[in-house]
Amino acid sequence: MPNAETAIQLDRVSRQYTMGGATIQAVNDVSLSIARNEFLALLGSSGSGKSTLLNLIAGLDRPTSGSITAQGQNLAELTSIELARYRCNTIGMIFQSFNLLPRMTLEENIELPLRLAEVAREERPGRVHEVLERVRLTHRLGHRPTELSGGEQQRVAIARALVNRPKILLADEPTGNLDSATGEAVLSLLRDVQRELGMTIVMVTHERPLAERYADRLAIMGDGKLLSASEITKEAAQ
Amino acid sequence: MKTRDLADLAFRNLREAILRNALTTLGVAVGVASLVAMMSLGVGLQELASKRLSQSGLFDTIFVTPKNNFRGIGRPQREVEADKPARTLDEDARQAIEKLPNVIEVYSQVRFFTEVRFNNKPFATVVAGMPDSSRNSGSFDGMQGNFFSSPTANEAILQIEFAKDLSEKPASLIGQDLVLRYAERQALPANDDSSSPSGGPSGGFSVVPKELRLKIVGIVETEPAAGYGGYGNARLLMPLSTASTLRAAQVNDLRDIVRDNTANKTTYPSLSVRAKSPSQVETLEASIKAMGFAAFSLLDASKSLRTFFSVFDLLLGIFGSLALAVATLGIVNTLVMAILERRREIGVLKALGAADSDVQQLFFVEAGVMGLFGGFLGVLFGWLLGRAITFGTNVYLKRQNLNPIELSSVPWWLVIAAIVFAILVSLAAGLYPASRAAKLNPVDALRYE
Repeated sequence: MPNAETAIQLDRVSRQYTMGGATIQAVNDVSLSIARNEFLALLGSSGSGKSTLLNLIAGLDRPTSGSITAQGQNLAELTSIELARYRCNTIGMIFQSFNLLPRMTLEENIELPLRLAEVAREERPGRVHEVLERVRLTHRLGHRPTELSGGEQQRVAIARALVNRPKILLADEPTGNLDSATGEAVLSLLRDVQRELGMTIVMVTHERPLAERYADRLAIMGDGKLLSASEITKEAAQ
Repeated sequence: MKTRDLADLAFRNLREAILRNALTTLGVAVGVASLVAMMSLGVGLQELASKRLSQSGLFDTIFVTPKNNFRGIGRPQREVEADKPARTLDEDARQAIEKLPNVIEVYSQVRFFTEVRFNNKPFATVVAGMPDSSRNSGSFDGMQGNFFSSPTANEAILQIEFAKDLSEKPASLIGQDLVLRYAERQALPANDDSSSPSGGPSGGFSVVPKELRLKIVGIVETEPAAGYGGYGNARLLMPLSTASTLRAAQVNDLRDIVRDNTANKTTYPSLSVRAKSPSQVETLEASIKAMGFAAFSLLDASKSLRTFFSVFDLLLGIFGSLALAVATLGIVNTLVMAILERRREIGVLKALGAADSDVQQLFFVEAGVMGLFGGFLGVLFGWLLGRAITFGTNVYLKRQNLNPIELSSVPWWLVIAAIVFAILVSLAAGLYPASRAAKLNPVDALRYE
């Protein structure tokens, strides 16, 4: 049962797909509790179901069975509009391929969640500047994403994820497209953000060494299941 | 999302694929243009016909005659209803009718047979007095020479057929004089009481031949005084005031003698009452009938004319809409293509918190904006097309020595209706793509490369 210290509670969550007549069990009976202000790394090989689990937590998909409670909200009970509001206000997401809109400048990309959250126009420039400062990219405000390096693009994506001041940050392979030095810089930034802003971070990755260095806890998945029933602490991993 | 943000994003999206969206918008514009051009021709022709007809005075004029007028030999007199006693159509009556609401003018028809002497040859014809207001009636548009210089001038305008009788070169008649021979009424003193058992009928009048010299100032090809009320076509026109002062003997004079109506008052065989607009004719006609006169107008003919043009406009509208229907398919195609291209973007928007309705509205607004621009451009193109058709027609008419006409007309209601229609059609075209975009699964969309 979730308590006040629990940010995300997964109870026997399953997600299965039907593809060409076959049923694929992407996530199979996963129960997991993630504490507030925790940095959890979700590890596993390709197809292990970690990204599906992340999408379920993000409210982009709904589980076939089981329940997900995030920040006190039972996602199963939310309508599609409420779920959209949940994604807008409670969740921030970053992706492996950054997913910045190439037609927009950095400022416009970062402003997008503010538009969706219907934040007052006069408040927006300050909020954009604030997050760009946090990722140290204020000087690139008017640039387009294609004019930036991969690391810079991921920092912009982090800024965009943070602009609505979410409580939970979900990262899907955030270092997958970056070289190791840049990847580390990005993770370092994520950890700083988590500590300074008091956020819960769930990061999907298959780079175990990096995860062990920056995450508070590791959870390993395989074939849709949470392999380790007990939580894996960093000390144990080392 | 707020409307302004939606509009911002929609404009931005449209700008990004500027060529494709411009071409789609152009498609809408061509559709609207064909619709507007067709409708403007319909409206233009209707206006042209209405203008000609209203200028003819047929549709805003009520012809008033006394109720117990002669109806011709062998035809029974109309029954006079007891509650509406027949009244004499005299000067009092004329003034009373003039005071009715929505009456522009009331004038008598002065028409009489005459013998015209020109180059010492006699020509018999009917003379009609024309009110000064007929100057602007359109009947005299394109006439040779000029309209009367003043309402009391001793001048004449000849109908072309009559002018041809006078001279082989009708144009040469302008500026020449002709002599009008007519019969003037001269009132006789009242009969002596002793010789009249009934006591006091008026003395009647004698008819004296008179002559008047008129200067020919113009020749007209239309028939501004086409006969109504059975008086025949007048082929020599003169100012009404001048004609009235002649006191020429008219058709009703004999009747008045018999009926003893001549007592010191001018009576009229008929009066023409011009209403401010054809829409007021019906009420006015009823009022005049209630006063005890016979009245008729050609309103019914005008009604069927309106029905004809309504059907005509509808048909033109349907043909014009075909191009717009094709343009609609263009919008559907463009937006469906945009969904494919922007699949990932839709996924990102949803991941960032866009509701299905936000995505739907975004595509909807994009379709609406294309409709709006297409509508504006289309109205402009349609107007230009109408002008071009009018220009071409007038070049042809000029070659045929005919007067130019205004063939197309784009009234304000058509401008607004066309733009609103373009937006509505575009929104309808955007329905399917918008709902398809809204239903896109964000997980699939984010995975899409």
